[in-house]
Amino acid sequence: MDFLRPASWEEALAAKAEHPTAVPIAGGTDVMVEINFDHRRPEYLLDLNRVGDLYEWEVGEDSVRLGASVPYTTIMERLRAELPGLALASHTVASPQIRNRGGVGGNLGTASPAGDAHPALLAAGAEVEVESVRGSRRIPIDAFYTGVKRNALAADELIKWVHIDRADGPQQFSKVGTRNAMVIAVCAFGLALHPSTRTVRTGIGSAAPTPVRAKAAEEFLNAALEEGGFWDNGKIITPSVAKRFAELCSGACNPIDDVRGTASYRRHAVGVMARRTLTWTWESYRGTAARSEGVA
Amino acid sequence: MRVNFTVNGRPQEADDVWEGESLLYVLRERLGLPGSKNACEQGECGSCTVRLDGVPVCSCLVAAGQVEGRDVVTVEGLADHARQRSCGDASGTSLDEAKGWQARGTDSQTGEGAELAPIQQAFIDAGAVQCGFCTPGLLVAADEMLERNPDPTDADIREALSGNLCRCTGYEKIMDAVRLAAARQQEAV
Amino acid sequence: MPSPTPGFARAGGAPIGTPSKITQGSQTRGGIGESTLRPDGTLKVTGEFAYSSDMWHEDMLWGQILRSTVAHAEIVSIDTSEALKTPGVYAVMTYDDLPTDVKNYGLEIQDTPVLAHGKVRHHGEPVAIVAADHPETARRAAARIRVEYRELPVITDEASATAPDAILVHDNRTDHHIGHVPHPNIVHRQPIIRGDAAEAAKRADVIVRGEYHFGMQDQAFLGPESGLAVPEEDGGVHLYIATQWLHSDLRQIAPVLGLPEEKVRMTLAGVGGAFGGREDLSMQIHACLLALRTGKPVKIVYNRFESFFGHVHRHPARLFYEHGATREGKLTHVKCRIVLDGGAYASASPAVVGNASSLGVGPYNVDDVEIEAIALYTNNPPCGAMRGFGAVQACFAYEAQMDKVAKELGLDPVEFRQLNAMEQGTLMPTGQPVDSPAPVAELLRRVKAMPMPPERQWESSEGADVRQLPGGLSNTTHGEGVVRGVGYAVGIKNVGFSEGFDDYSTAKVRMEVVGGEPVATVHTAMAEVGQGGVTVHAQIARTELGVAQVTIHPANTEVGSAGSTSASRQTYVTGGAVKNSCELVREKVLDIGRRKFGTYHPAWATAELLLEGGKVVTDGGEVLADLVDVLEDEAVEVEAEWRHRPTVPFDLRTGQGDGHVQYSFAAHRAVVEVDTELGLVKVIELACAQDVGKALNPLSVVGQIQGGTLQGMGIAVMEEIMVDPKTAKVRNPSFTDYLLPTILDTPIIPVDVLELADDHAPYGLRGVGEAPTLSSTPAVLAAIRNATGLELNRTPVRPEHLTGQA
Repeated sequence: MDFLRPASWEEALAAKAEHPTAVPIAGGTDVMVEINFDHRRPEYLLDLNRVGDLYEWEVGEDSVRLGASVPYTTIMERLRAELPGLALASHTVASPQIRNRGGVGGNLGTASPAGDAHPALLAAGAEVEVESVRGSRRIPIDAFYTGVKRNALAADELIKWVHIDRADGPQQFSKVGTRNAMVIAVCAFGLALHPSTRTVRTGIGSAAPTPVRAKAAEEFLNAALEEGGFWDNGKIITPSVAKRFAELCSGACNPIDDVRGTASYRRHAVGVMARRTLTWTWESYRGTAARSEGVA
Repeated sequence: MRVNFTVNGRPQEADDVWEGESLLYVLRERLGLPGSKNACEQGECGSCTVRLDGVPVCSCLVAAGQVEGRDVVTVEGLADHARQRSCGDASGTSLDEAKGWQARGTDSQTGEGAELAPIQQAFIDAGAVQCGFCTPGLLVAADEMLERNPDPTDADIREALSGNLCRCTGYEKIMDAVRLAAARQQEAV
Repeated sequence: MPSPTPGFARAGGAPIGTPSKITQGSQTRGGIGESTLRPDGTLKVTGEFAYSSDMWHEDMLWGQILRSTVAHAEIVSIDTSEALKTPGVYAVMTYDDLPTDVKNYGLEIQDTPVLAHGKVRHHGEPVAIVAADHPETARRAAARIRVEYRELPVITDEASATAPDAILVHDNRTDHHIGHVPHPNIVHRQPIIRGDAAEAAKRADVIVRGEYHFGMQDQAFLGPESGLAVPEEDGGVHLYIATQWLHSDLRQIAPVLGLPEEKVRMTLAGVGGAFGGREDLSMQIHACLLALRTGKPVKIVYNRFESFFGHVHRHPARLFYEHGATREGKLTHVKCRIVLDGGAYASASPAVVGNASSLGVGPYNVDDVEIEAIALYTNNPPCGAMRGFGAVQACFAYEAQMDKVAKELGLDPVEFRQLNAMEQGTLMPTGQPVDSPAPVAELLRRVKAMPMPPERQWESSEGADVRQLPGGLSNTTHGEGVVRGVGYAVGIKNVGFSEGFDDYSTAKVRMEVVGGEPVATVHTAMAEVGQGGVTVHAQIARTELGVAQVTIHPANTEVGSAGSTSASRQTYVTGGAVKNSCELVREKVLDIGRRKFGTYHPAWATAELLLEGGKVVTDGGEVLADLVDVLEDEAVEVEAEWRHRPTVPFDLRTGQGDGHVQYSFAAHRAVVEVDTELGLVKVIELACAQDVGKALNPLSVVGQIQGGTLQGMGIAVMEEIMVDPKTAKVRNPSFTDYLLPTILDTPIIPVDVLELADDHAPYGLRGVGEAPTLSSTPAVLAAIRNATGLELNRTPVRPEHLTGQA
């Protein structure tokens, strides 16, 4: 095994071009476990800790440019207003120690359906900017996850930034685990209201081979909100609408039975989370945020 | 490979490091600092918690090569770290109120005369140590939390320590210890 | 560091204290009954305490174990040639390399191969071992060993184990249970019959039946199995090891190595928790074999994945119960059948069967009982000792039954229990009278009387604090669907080794003058695993010898056996041995004093003499001499064995017999909040009341009760080793998927300690460690049932069970 220590982004790209099998390591959350437990013996480890660019973020007019290695702790503490869904998701990642080192780049690189950031990124709307010595490109989050623990990256590419739309409305994230902290998702749900476009977006984690959006549910809700004039009249969402939305979110799941939970429980739980997060975000939109938002 | 970094204020060099080794392994097996513990090696228990450039991390999840040129504080350096934080103002007076007549120990197995950080003394005094395997990681995590948040609520303590598993105590006496350390810290100010 | 001054007068010859008589130890500080602090505390908080995985030796090698990837198979071939060629590898050993004819070990039945021979019987069984210069070299070499398996059908439950054509997990059994078991795939069977349950059932106004399932729990001690074996010049080996019982290890290790026991020296290294999981051997023999083979020190440290395969677990169980009661709420009879899955090797299964059966009715007064408990041999992971040892599984089931009967009768569940609670004098199902206090009704009364935690603590002016809600940080509810429930349970656990086992401990105590002060040294082989035995030993020595300074000698095999750190027995039995040896030392010291100074003062001959504050005093408080002057250069030393009162085996047909030493009782009240829609549980409070006889160290006692309580909660709501029923392979051997409660899952645990002396035990004490693990689980389950209205016949209960999505 060789340990590559690029001091800059350019050096990192060059190293990845030269050694396409090199495994990038930043927070170490996934890679080190695989090494410690002898599940993986990469030929090269590509350390990204010294690449300062990856730890930077910039809040723009419409979106946030988030470095792949910005720790979850920083997202929770510094970007709560701009990226509320991702900040909530970050707060559920593993433990304080892990949140101090891990960043969104790791979640995207591993592309596990259980990664906590995915539902929030899907719901908020994001683009992943990847780069190689050949150049850079922006991959829409919807096209990023290509299979179980597979993503759209080419062998010589590294994740540099994630461009996430700044919240234009309330966002929520909810995750089921069988422990009250430090737990991998049995399933997770992210919801973002986008009043500027009068749309909603969703994200579902751990309930399908990849993170997915519940598109039918979004379409249904978009239409129902429009039809009822909800965006303007700020009425309480009709229970039947919430119920149908929840059913459609459940229906978007394609889960399996495993040690963490049954497929049928995952479908059920996604429905409950969909209904609850819709209530919380909508109540917040209607202006009663203080009553409905969780604090921690 | 060779790795140079600072541990508890002292420069250290480790040679012939296998590239897959963790910081935890290097500390324990190469630098003679086994205080950080190897309970799960998957970031789930917090027993290996150290501060890397000031930030609590699981040293089992840090590749040895990643610490090149960086600064690490382990449980072995916690007392010094705490002393430096209090700017040479020996944290002693409130500690003398430690309950029990042998807080510093008079038995053979005690580290006699050891100078302790307030959080270390509080763990002893509150009965928060049983087998002690989780203790080093908890101490590093709790000390850092009290540095950030000197007056934590119970929920704050629980959240800050939620990455550190303990199998012996049921956590109640750990809660007592952190509350005690916080109270003593407040008195000392 | 100078010792603190004992707090009473030192003036020579002057009376001290009050005129009333004083008793031994009453004037010396730091003795029993005080919350003295751990002698190893400072080392543990500074990181200097040397655990078994911290051992290091110049030039040492690393051992690695190759384990079976399948649960049940014939081994067709093993090819180690590639592994041996790996640079940095010093040795590769298989069954064929074992040095003697003794190739198996085991606590009671020697059925466990040191390395697999011809067959593997469970997933993760050791097949070969490697020593190399770096752990990674050893791992790579182990991966190059080629093992060809021919897979066999797996036996995973009672039906497959006892089917007419079932493959025998062990052929040609010769152990002492084979004569009385109905099938060779049953390790041991213990029936208990007292009265006439069938006849009594006719008096019952209600009869309640239930079938329960208890999952496989892991001890999950945080310090992984590890140790260092150092070859010695005389051809022997010195093993630094984390274990629960040095001498039991020694008895099993030496014959395999072909060494006399005196050439296998064992020193206890720091133990990172145990809870039963270190009662069996793990890497001990492997490290010694490699050290002797290579002539170099060999260290083995399991990682967490391997640890799940490296020790036995708590027996999963199926339990079938029938309870009958009259309309007035008196139990008429109990019938039960308890099927424990012992897995591939016997370990402690026979004794677990003894406990499950004899304690199977719980702390209740029932004259007519019919009990049967068995342990199976299967291809599942081997199961053995874990805190609570057979009593835990039974308590989960009988307490669920007690709630069901109470509900059927329309009675309050606590009152119904109190109506049937055993008392001093009650006969156990085994016919053994309970001959010390049994405050079962009182413990229930106490937990019920504790103030209830306030409702909706999660509400704040800023919204809901998710950290205090089910789901916690995962932000699943802000109060929606959350329902509170309350449940009660009480349990009974035996203390000490039962059924005729010669359960003794040895203590060597020495008293001498060091640096002008009398110092006592206590040397036992007791495994300090975190419980605080070393604290208590020092307290006992202070009380019995009246000194301030006590040195606890490292535990090793240079002194006689202290028995196991299990069965809540160490304070009782090794504590008893320390007390006994101290008393013998005291007598010798007084004899020396009489010899030297007897002619100077008549009190030497006539008065009751005590050692207090480093002096010989009369029970009237008169100081006769300073211990420094009595002892001068002389050291007084006693090594003696001490036994609790004997027990007898249970009759194999009726289960009758005075099989237990002592009983220990605890009761819990659980308060939970359940998110009924998502099936997530937050335990708010687990209040415990326990009788400890006498709290030698109140701080440690409470710590034991809280720790035991949380382990009981773990098996109620999250902890379970999941074994694939088709392959018998472990599906979740990691801390990612075997979940332990975090501090955010943990409720407040108020403890009410009752001290009703047991006159048979030293100081009246009662074993503490296990009882709280029993009643915690059923109390939590009862509270969840109370919140949800669901029946819930299995534990742990997972979200899918609470939402009908299992």
